Amino acid sequence: MELISQHAKAIMEGCKKRACDAGLKFQTETLEYIVTNKDLIDLGPKNMIPTLYDYWVHDVELLKDKGTYELFPYNPYETVINTRPAISFYNDNNPDWLNVAIFYHVLAHIDFFQNNLFYRHTWDEDFTGQALSDKRTIAMLHAEKGRWVDYVIEFTRGIDNLVDYYSLMSEINRPEILKSTKRLDYYFDVFLQTIKKVSLTEYLKELDRYNDTVSQYGTGAESIFFAKVTKSYPEFAAMFEKKKKTERETRRDIIRFVEDHSSFLRKEENKWMTTVMEIVRKTSLYFQPQIRTKIMNEGWASYWHERLFLRDDRIKGNEIGYARVNAKITSLPRVGLNPYALGLRLFSYIEDMADKGRLSFDFQRLANINARETFDTKTGNGLDTLFWIRENMNDFMFINTFVDQDFVNKHKIFVAERRPNMEKGVWEYYIKSRNAEAYRKMLLDSLYHPPSIRVDEEKSQEGVLYLNHRFEGKQLVQEYIPNTMLGIEYLWGAPVKLETTEFVADGQPDAAEGSYYSGAGEKDHEQTYQARRVLYKMEKKELSKTLL
Amino acid sequence: MKTEKDEPSDRPSRGGATAERPEEGRCACVGDHVLLEAPGPADGPRHGFLRSIYATADITHLQSGLPQYSYLHTMGSIQDLLDRDLQREKDGFPRKIRIARLIRPVKGGKDKVVVVPTTIEEKFYHDARIPEQQESNRSGGSGDGQEGEVVGEEPIHREQGAGSNGPGQGEGAQHEIQASLYDLGRILSNKFRLPNLKNKGKKRALKKYTYDLTDLNRGSGQVLDKKATLRRIIETNIVLERVPDVTAIDPSQLLVSPEDHVYRVFSKEKDYESQALVFFMRDYSGSMSGEPTELVVAQHVMIYSWLLYQYEGLVETRFILHDTEAREAPDFYTYHNLSIAGGTRIESAYRMINEIVEARNLDRDYNIYVFQGTDGDDWDSSGEKTIPEMRKTLRYANRIGITIACGQSAEGLTTTFEKYLSGLKAEFPDKLKIDVINGDAQEARLIEGMRHLIALSEGKRTWS
Repeated sequence: MELISQHAKAIMEGCKKRACDAGLKFQTETLEYIVTNKDLIDLGPKNMIPTLYDYWVHDVELLKDKGTYELFPYNPYETVINTRPAISFYNDNNPDWLNVAIFYHVLAHIDFFQNNLFYRHTWDEDFTGQALSDKRTIAMLHAEKGRWVDYVIEFTRGIDNLVDYYSLMSEINRPEILKSTKRLDYYFDVFLQTIKKVSLTEYLKELDRYNDTVSQYGTGAESIFFAKVTKSYPEFAAMFEKKKKTERETRRDIIRFVEDHSSFLRKEENKWMTTVMEIVRKTSLYFQPQIRTKIMNEGWASYWHERLFLRDDRIKGNEIGYARVNAKITSLPRVGLNPYALGLRLFSYIEDMADKGRLSFDFQRLANINARETFDTKTGNGLDTLFWIRENMNDFMFINTFVDQDFVNKHKIFVAERRPNMEKGVWEYYIKSRNAEAYRKMLLDSLYHPPSIRVDEEKSQEGVLYLNHRFEGKQLVQEYIPNTMLGIEYLWGAPVKLETTEFVADGQPDAAEGSYYSGAGEKDHEQTYQARRVLYKMEKKELSKTLL
Repeated sequence: MKTEKDEPSDRPSRGGATAERPEEGRCACVGDHVLLEAPGPADGPRHGFLRSIYATADITHLQSGLPQYSYLHTMGSIQDLLDRDLQREKDGFPRKIRIARLIRPVKGGKDKVVVVPTTIEEKFYHDARIPEQQESNRSGGSGDGQEGEVVGEEPIHREQGAGSNGPGQGEGAQHEIQASLYDLGRILSNKFRLPNLKNKGKKRALKKYTYDLTDLNRGSGQVLDKKATLRRIIETNIVLERVPDVTAIDPSQLLVSPEDHVYRVFSKEKDYESQALVFFMRDYSGSMSGEPTELVVAQHVMIYSWLLYQYEGLVETRFILHDTEAREAPDFYTYHNLSIAGGTRIESAYRMINEIVEARNLDRDYNIYVFQGTDGDDWDSSGEKTIPEMRKTLRYANRIGITIACGQSAEGLTTTFEKYLSGLKAEFPDKLKIDVINGDAQEARLIEGMRHLIALSEGKRTWS
């Protein structure tokens, strides 16, 4: 890998200036590299992070196809990686005018990374630096422990989609005023009332004392207040600590839970494993926002590259070439989804709506179709609205909030479905629905959504780890359950149970029907299924399953 | 990502990007019941349908900078991979390497099939497939049309005419598949410990060596060739002008150089007389669509690869497809890809094999093996036409290995074909092998079945 030429860098700097003038906000230091195909081979499996830790599975082509893409929502790799300073990669054969477009695209990504609140936890770190240190740690451990490091990576990666990203978000983005009150909440709501069972007058007295302290000392009041508390109740600090610890236990982060409570990892000779697990966990957390903002991120970047490119004075004469390339990136396919196109359309739509003041109750309650069409309060705050959305939303919120019937009608988009036509021997693609509700559902269904699995401490008796899967209409991929649980059992060092829901067939299908027509859309022997709770148990590498 | 591409078909070639580059590749795991999907033409309606929104990325979508490479570039070596996999088993963890076929469509319809080792990272994932299959067949779209209107069609199985693979580039593609299948054979032999035919006695050895004293060597060797040595000595002496009259040679006057001694040496000769001829035949009728075809083809890929590896390409293969009529496919590649809708007459394929063999008296020079793939369905429900043909084949064939792949709905039932074969099977227990696999068979099951089909020594296999 080498840096781009000074010539290209100068173009980039020009783009930065224009992007900043247009309102994008990002750190102005960036690094741009030319990548060759050989570099891409190394970078691809590592999500373009050159310093990501080594893992042998990266070296093998992973199984990917239509079916498994649904199952393996890969961390999308970008041309630009979210680190400080941001790093982006380029082909060395892009002409200048195309580089201008790509640079704008990249700058919008950087802007998105550095302003969207779902990336909050990645802002304070140089991820490539962190990753490099992790990579060295793993290499060092590898020299010492050999293939066992690979096993720990593998088994931890088996649960690295259950890292409880949203709890981290909630912790980080919690307003300052709420953050410090955990201790207060505990003191007033639990400690005084249920443990000490103080009288009402005493309770009110204590509350008054707190309010007095606040008015007297302002921000530092809490510690002053608690200094006295510690005197009158010396046991308070210890009890609060204990409470905090149990609180952490209720979290849905299974990797963390295993790290904290595994009898196997507690052994002196296995302690190094938690280091590896923590690296895998942190890496997974780093990628979480990226996969949750794919449509927005690409839409945002497409919106800006289009907007800024067309105003750029340096690209005269290449409009047609650009139009061709841009159309290919951002055209809505006849069937299929294109996150670039969809995100771009949605951002443009929202801008238009906001400009006309249509994101308002006044507009929403308007039933007259002609009045709706002409509704325009000329607020002109479209761009501000976009910036707000870029800061505060993720894909789910973005789609759920803004995909409405007007949008669906405007762009003539629809839910497409395919069915086999056996007579003609073809797949038929047809328009399933033009209803916004259905379209939104289809989109939301296609978003990344890891299962919600948490540790059930009450049922985790006698060293058993009891995992409870909250059923959301989809069962888990059964083929992957054994090996995933095998890995957890290894790290946990004791039996592991998983409670989940599966579809169990009601009765047998008409077997004489033969395979020719099955699944051909014939309704005459439709199989019915029933959702049942089942319990998997992995003990000594043996998996058993019981119906609950 | 690496194999997925998302770009329109007529992307302008700029900066040396070639127009003839693979558009999109999909792979399916052998034995996994994920469909092997040959993607449609890049600009067809199929393009992009069902592709996850996470499948596109800037580097591919915006810059089209997707490198063309195979697993060979990324892995240390297949051997390392296999060693690692073996080590896993020793450590008490299940093996993780699988074999997948990767179809890499190339413009002009000359798709390439590449066999790659692959693996999956197992996690708890939501399963979108069952039972709401409808849902997983849904995606977005745009443009005009009423609800319910069909906006595009695409053949469920693309028929690729045998003739479309012309010389030139077609040859190259063929070479590629051969090369990667050879690798697959190596993986199979090493990993799954498939029987090694060379050790199974001479009787059926397909590649036989004879050791003969045919080669001549000057100076050293096993047996002195007196006649040749004398001739050599005379020649040398003529050159040295020690033979004034060739009609009256005085042996006592001849000088003998050690270099003139000509010996016969042992040499390894390949004996081509007992070559093998392997027929692969499969039903490509409508009833085979989906899983049965997947399974049969997957197993035949493995058998073919394994044979290629075992006999270093010395094995001759013929490929036969049949519905109600049989046709011969020119190469494995076509055999692998072709599909059609129609009825089923197994007899037609056996008749064709018999005709091929009889026409050139092939049974005299070859060990003949037949591997047949079917879903067990036959219009000839009692086998009155098929059995005579098969009997004829069994007369000369060393082995008929039949794979019956049932669709899931027919599981547990005895198929028509199986029913009428039972008599024949009792008659030729050594020659006729049947393996019935279910629709959801996994890789390991296919290999187990393959072992059964090709097992050479009777009575040693517990599963027969």
